[in-house]
Amino acid sequence: MRSVEGRPDAAAEAMHLVDYRAGDLKQVPTRNGMGEGLIEAGSRDRNVLGICADLSESTRFEGFKKAHPDQYIEIGVSEQMLVAMAGGLAAVGKIPWIASYAMFNPGRSWEQVRTIMALNETNVKIAGAHAGVSVGPDGATHQAIEDIAIMRVIPHMMVVVPCDAVQTKKAVLALSQAWGPTYLRFGRDKSPVFTTEQTPFTIGKAQTFREGGDVAIVACGILVYNGLIAADQLAREDGIEARVVNNHTIKPMDEDAIVDAARACGAIVTVEEHQKQGGMGSRVAEILAATHPAPIEFVGVDDRFGQSGDPAELIEYYGMGVDAIKAATRRAYARKRATG
Amino acid sequence: MQTLSAARVNELRLKANDVRQGIIRSLVAAGSGHSAGPLDMADVFTALYGYLLRHDPANPEWTERDRLLLSCGHIAPVRYSAMANFGYFPVEELLTLRKFGSRLQGHPERVRLPAVETTSGPLGEGLAQGVGMALGAKMDHKDFHVWVVTSDAEHQCGLHWEAVMTGAKFALGNLTAIIDRNFIQIDGSTEEVMPLEPLADKYRAFNWEVLECDGNDMAAFIETAERALEVKNKPQVIVAKTLAGKGVSFMEGDYTWHGKPPNAQQADEALHELQAERERILAGA
Ligand SMILES: Cc1ncc(C[n+]2csc(CCOP(=O)(O)OP(=O)(O)O)c2C)c(N)n1
Ligand SMILES: [Mg+2]
Repeated sequence: MRSVEGRPDAAAEAMHLVDYRAGDLKQVPTRNGMGEGLIEAGSRDRNVLGICADLSESTRFEGFKKAHPDQYIEIGVSEQMLVAMAGGLAAVGKIPWIASYAMFNPGRSWEQVRTIMALNETNVKIAGAHAGVSVGPDGATHQAIEDIAIMRVIPHMMVVVPCDAVQTKKAVLALSQAWGPTYLRFGRDKSPVFTTEQTPFTIGKAQTFREGGDVAIVACGILVYNGLIAADQLAREDGIEARVVNNHTIKPMDEDAIVDAARACGAIVTVEEHQKQGGMGSRVAEILAATHPAPIEFVGVDDRFGQSGDPAELIEYYGMGVDAIKAATRRAYARKRATG
Repeated sequence: MQTLSAARVNELRLKANDVRQGIIRSLVAAGSGHSAGPLDMADVFTALYGYLLRHDPANPEWTERDRLLLSCGHIAPVRYSAMANFGYFPVEELLTLRKFGSRLQGHPERVRLPAVETTSGPLGEGLAQGVGMALGAKMDHKDFHVWVVTSDAEHQCGLHWEAVMTGAKFALGNLTAIIDRNFIQIDGSTEEVMPLEPLADKYRAFNWEVLECDGNDMAAFIETAERALEVKNKPQVIVAKTLAGKGVSFMEGDYTWHGKPPNAQQADEALHELQAERERILAGA
């Protein structure tokens, strides 16, 4: 019998999660959290600007445009201009949030991001929409699955990937106040909402959403939900108790939480809607290799491009569904037992 | 210059009607995708595949073929429908548009479907590749022609103008750009989002040959394209004025149809209108 603190649900209660096992969770795209957060950030501080490159509706900047027309700028299909102009606006005291699809910003504008936002240290905030294969039918050209990798290697850059729409809104508000270049990644498709207004959120502070001592599932973005479901099923089916960590800040990553997960659980599974190469999981591996080596299994896209399809179909096909996470978790656990 | 008979023009107009019907069918089956641009470029793509291009649907990788690049990849449904209607693949395959495993990806991919020449969707990259192809052809004394279809909003991309500059530097007479000048983009009218006018003058200032025509008038477009082909000492651009959503009354001129498909009922209505148009063409109107 585990202690009350170690009860899987205790973490969820402490984090004020809704019962994520319930079948009728609200489904809201994370981009809606972007839109709501920006309207509020713009009311709190009139220097907050929203700038769009011809995608105001789908990035959910439309509401901001209506609420704060004087703080809104439209610049057309010009993503490099988006970053460079925002650098100029930031230099004279504005706090620009710049929006396009992640594939185009930072995808197309990466050198401007590196030089003008990071090397030059300006207070520009990127809203990276339509990230991941869950973009769906638009296909590979529009599915950003390398963006975490190219952003986390830039010095000074903050990189945040929230787990649901409610958390995305909190992240927008927090990043608006945190001085410095930032990248917020979010998605297009509806996804379950399981955090609440009361769930804490601090940039750089990972969150334990489920307790467990056998293996740790470290996830970010909308796949945190799949991680929780996988952990619950594993407990029932295999008696494996997995800790589930919402590792929403890729940079600066909460190294203590990662090391603690490795120490307490002895094996790690990373889960992200991104290439396995260079993403959140790679950062976890870098941290553990230097501190507390442990077996790691990576769940993500395996060095391939996406394609057209339904979001759910693509998540399954590219190996990021609940079953894939369970299989990876069993592998990690077996490796720990074999070496331990 | 060849002379285009009235009968041939009518034949092509009927083909354009087939292409439009194929666009509607594929979009409603896909349940997502872009309507306005594909419909307004149906006449241009029909003129290209049905008259202007040197190509062989049975041998899409024939090295001497003219190259047709679609820079604004989101209007792929028109290219797919034209390709199907001119024999590149069965028309039924249009119903796989945007579905898992299909060759007809939401944005065209060369590796899956070589006849599209290049992968596109991210705007503003087509003309630069066309410049490369035209330059390569010139270096090897090949006489194929390079056609690049671009949207108007792509002219907000810096790279596109880098390509315009480069095309002029190398005096690429074997390169023709066609602009889908429909005055719309996602967030509204191009002139409100980011003004492009005077667009033709900009190309003139960059040392291109500029031609303008109604891109929804089959005979006028072909006649203009043939004039462009006579220019050998510099690249040419055809500013083809089109009506967004052309052929489907409730989409015409409405930017909100940029990126959505018709639902089942709207598709029925659209096909009904297009069928009526077909009968008018057959009646010689
Ligand atoms: C580099 C880049 N930025 C943004 C987009 C998203 N996008 C797709 S189409 C489009 C603009 C639509 O206007 P236009 O190109 O004129 O096409 P039309 O609506 O007339 O078909 C945008 C911004 C993109 N595909 N590529
Ligand atoms: Mg347009």
